Amino acid sequence: MLATQPKEVLMRLTVDGQEIEVDAEPDMPLLWALRDLAGKTGPKFGCGVAACGACTVVIDGQPVRSCSLPVGDVTGSVTTIEGLAVDGKLHPVQQAWLEEQVAQCGYCQAGQIMSAYALLEEIENPTDEDIDNAMGGNLCRCGTYPRIRAAIKRAANLKLARA
Amino acid sequence: MSQFLSKHTAVRPTRRWFLVGAGVTTGGLAVGYRPVLAAPDIAQTTPAKVQANPFQTYVEITKENRIIIHSSQFEMGQGSYFGIATLVMEELDGDWAQVDVVGGYGNTAFYGNLAWGGAAQATGGSTSMGSSWERYRKAGAAARALLVAAAAQRWDVPAGEIKVASGVVSHASGMQARYGDLAEAAAGMPVPDDVPLKPRDKWAQIGSDSLKRYDSAGKTNGAQTYTIDLMMEGLQTAVMIHPPKFGAEIESFDATKAKALDGIVDVVQTPRGIAVVGRDTWTALKGRDLVEVTWNEEKAEERGTAEIMAEYNKAADDLGAATARDDGNTPAAFASAEKIIEGHYEFPYLVHASIEPLNAAARINEDGTIDVWGGHQMPDLYQAAAAQVGGTTPDKVRLHVMKTGGSFGRRAVLDADVIIEAVSTARALGRGKPVKVQWTRENDMRGGRYRPAYVHAVKAGLDKKGNVVALHDHIVGQSVLGGSTSAAMIKNGIDPTSVEGATNLPYAIPNLKVELTTTDVNIPVLWWRSVGSTHTAYAVETLIDELAAAANRDPVDFRLSMLGHHPRHAAVLKVAAEKAGWDKPLPEGRFRGVALHESLSTYVADVVEITLNDENGFKVDRVVCAVDCGTAINPDQIRAQMEGGIGFGLGAILQEELTLKGGVVDQENYDTYTPLRIEQMPRVEVHIVPSEEPPTGVGEPGVPPIGPAIANALRAATGKTIRKLPIIKNMSGMTP
Repeated sequence: MLATQPKEVLMRLTVDGQEIEVDAEPDMPLLWALRDLAGKTGPKFGCGVAACGACTVVIDGQPVRSCSLPVGDVTGSVTTIEGLAVDGKLHPVQQAWLEEQVAQCGYCQAGQIMSAYALLEEIENPTDEDIDNAMGGNLCRCGTYPRIRAAIKRAANLKLARA
Repeated sequence: MSQFLSKHTAVRPTRRWFLVGAGVTTGGLAVGYRPVLAAPDIAQTTPAKVQANPFQTYVEITKENRIIIHSSQFEMGQGSYFGIATLVMEELDGDWAQVDVVGGYGNTAFYGNLAWGGAAQATGGSTSMGSSWERYRKAGAAARALLVAAAAQRWDVPAGEIKVASGVVSHASGMQARYGDLAEAAAGMPVPDDVPLKPRDKWAQIGSDSLKRYDSAGKTNGAQTYTIDLMMEGLQTAVMIHPPKFGAEIESFDATKAKALDGIVDVVQTPRGIAVVGRDTWTALKGRDLVEVTWNEEKAEERGTAEIMAEYNKAADDLGAATARDDGNTPAAFASAEKIIEGHYEFPYLVHASIEPLNAAARINEDGTIDVWGGHQMPDLYQAAAAQVGGTTPDKVRLHVMKTGGSFGRRAVLDADVIIEAVSTARALGRGKPVKVQWTRENDMRGGRYRPAYVHAVKAGLDKKGNVVALHDHIVGQSVLGGSTSAAMIKNGIDPTSVEGATNLPYAIPNLKVELTTTDVNIPVLWWRSVGSTHTAYAVETLIDELAAAANRDPVDFRLSMLGHHPRHAAVLKVAAEKAGWDKPLPEGRFRGVALHESLSTYVADVVEITLNDENGFKVDRVVCAVDCGTAINPDQIRAQMEGGIGFGLGAILQEELTLKGGVVDQENYDTYTPLRIEQMPRVEVHIVPSEEPPTGVGEPGVPPIGPAIANALRAATGKTIRKLPIIKNMSGMTP
């Protein structure tokens, strides 16, 4: 008995401002399509069940766990960590991450930064509670949480200063 | 396919290199060095110890002016590469913008861990700075001296007239050169026997609070390459099927359906399980679901943690199998004690749960040599293991030391687990076919190598004056070192990693006995960030606190009164208490706890503040941490490691627990095994106690004190000590 045969389906995606086509079955999670087919390794795999947030990307302003979203269900424009800087200029969130020296191993930070980016698009000046609510889905096993908090507040200020 | 072409530049050997003190064409080869190898076997044509000059293998300067430091120590997030770069740069006076650090391997004489006698290259026990302190400063100083000598010769001026700043060598005559311009000439200069190191008062890098990690950019823009991100021509991805119980073996398996799936390349039996190889991760995962395996469970561990802990509790009341420390006469002291406190502590199995699940990539090359990419925390051992599985000799194995998404001990595994899987899968696929073995979270959580479960039976006695006259701790649990290549460290039935933190108790207690009963359970265990101190610190520091309460003494004063011979312990305790405002009253509903612990020669004291809430729970508001790790190399990284260690330890003590039923692990992902999340992270203040002692490590010692400090705050609030972990699960019925 043969298992599922390949379907010749080219999925069209907009990722980091570029139109791309990936040869994926529609049930492939966006994470694996990005990483294995589109060469976008910035988003990371950590759990596969939307429990750690390492795979977070932003779709139309909303943080999304790409490990649990079938690529066939993606409708909007996808932004990954690799598309956050504009013309080589770091996004204020990235700049704040550097200034606060947040990263240790760095593995979860792409997801953390994307969640923080989405938070600041939504709330200009988040409180500690806003930060806890927005970042609660992103695990950091190195324990960089105090610096993540500080970096989000710094990023809010940087963003306002740039605006 | 272009995106699969090497993004990982380390794959390509480069000729643009220069190793200080070495001839350009021979020096690197003489020491078996990765960047210069066309084929690793060439390296072995010269005996490893043919010359003993350590400068040859640590600092590489390219003609393009890059400074590439070759690290003996592994980087897993803890900042060892940055620390080592700081030591080199202090003496080298180079330009930080030019710095990179890569993992060295393949020559124990140069990379052996000096904290362990240099016998093997390995990272662990928070030894990286201790091992590197002289080695890498000397390497930097020697490199600088050679560059100056080369400039002096080229310009025909006395070396003493040459100035060096930020990687530029200059002379009053107007001559000027970058390090890269001098690199080749410097390589040919005779290496001085000894180069003086800068005195402490001239340091500009060591101890600098403004110095930032050189490796942060790639960790904020997605560019940092981890093993999971490897790309190379023809790379396939394999996912693993492991036995459902520890000790179970493959009886047979049927891969027909899996192999029929488009994109499945092969299904391979390895010594540790079945590797399902696919063109991409998702395809491999789908194929994995279709493999049918029959397991032979004759030798499998069938017990659950409930039975195991019941057995441990029973054993803990018997005599210990071995005695680790026995001062005075504890039975006599207990007989005459005024007050006795006793009980059992229970500690569950814990998982490292690094966010990057285990992985490794391997390729058997056409010439029979092997490339292995991975988190090579124990390079000597992994090189040997890869050679054995790959059917060759260690000198034919080229390692690519990748940065990893955490380790906490998990990448230092004595049976080289995922390395073996990758190499055996690559061998099955055939020459020239690279494969990356990628574990899922479920593989990682159910794959064993846990912090062992332990029971401590403790008993302590006070005399009439409230002095501690006797303390007895009987520890029951598995040995991390037992059955491993490090089993030789077990002396007289004592695995030192089972009892550390209890046997070296600093308090002046005249009658002190620590016993150990090592158990035989077929659940694989491993060192887990701060190892023995993960449980011993909790047991002894909560016990000391209970004794203080029973003696009606202040917990800080009580400890200080027993620390007369341990000034470094006393100093961190005083700093933490003072900075926390220990003597100041707290608002209603808020409580303090304190704990003090030395692990791996670093001294840490925590004072915590918690608030009880209406739901019979509590919130950790604030942690004040004082640390003495000798000379502070990177103060901000010391703070980062204390913060992180506190978060790591707090998650474990509050809510982490791995359980088994009938030999099967209950948890499989982060929804049921729950590390700390941001909303649970308290405010942390770290105070570094100034010291001129040699540096000790900070990766692990931040972990042990937080648990007992929290438990002591809870005892202050409720009058009860939680002796069974994790806390949240076991605090029902506690009321203020």
